[in-house]
Amino acid sequence: MALRSDLGRVRGLGSAKGGTSHWWAQRVTAVALIPLSIWFIFSIISLVGLDQNGFKAWLDMPGSFVLMTLFLIALFYHIQLGLQVVIEDYVHNEINKVSLLIFNKLLAVFCVVSSIAALMKIAFGG
Amino acid sequence: MKTGNRPLSPHLQVYKPQITSVLSILHRITGVGLAVGALVLVYWLNAAAYGPEVFERAQSLLSSWLGRLLLIGWTWALFYHLCNGIRHICWDSGIGLEIQHVKLTGWIVIIASLGFTLISWMAGYGLLGGN
Repeated sequence: MALRSDLGRVRGLGSAKGGTSHWWAQRVTAVALIPLSIWFIFSIISLVGLDQNGFKAWLDMPGSFVLMTLFLIALFYHIQLGLQVVIEDYVHNEINKVSLLIFNKLLAVFCVVSSIAALMKIAFGG
Repeated sequence: MKTGNRPLSPHLQVYKPQITSVLSILHRITGVGLAVGALVLVYWLNAAAYGPEVFERAQSLLSSWLGRLLLIGWTWALFYHLCNGIRHICWDSGIGLEIQHVKLTGWIVIIASLGFTLISWMAGYGLLGGN
């Protein structure tokens, strides 16, 4: 027997070789999304029926840009983690599963980058 | 391995739906639904960046009857997933795991998510002035 503690033995292991990192990330993004999504709902309600100028005026308000960016990052990270579990639970064909898992990660990155780029264009563009 | 025509273990459809199991699968279903809704959010933000006409079109698509129906669904899904997510975090902290608490908080989540959805849409229509 190696002289290792229980924590040392379990750290970074488990069948997925990822330990508890997925579980923790899902919880941390969930906690971040509690205040952020409540703020998002209030914001969306205040944007009802507005045109593009109204949207720009909202984005220029203090906090809007930073909170929206944080919301989008936490949101798509959380979505990626959640959909990963759904794929792992229901897709049993190895090729399909791995393809979907990769697509899921790439789509999440695309969504977060393209929506933050859109915000930057509205906030800083001409 | 050949499994032949062996009897299968009881599956979902033989069990009577209970508040615990129904709310559990609803958490997953609303999560997947909200992921689809997030794609609409990406479209909406990009439309806003593209120009006034494109944004106008996105706004009119989303305020059509189908758009509003979907948005009501996403509003409820978001409140449900949010409230039930808080319930899950409490469980992770070891709080509220007794069966009577699980049932009580389950009903609270259902009523709260419907109530918040109603309040949000009343606020939205209030801002619009009844359009």
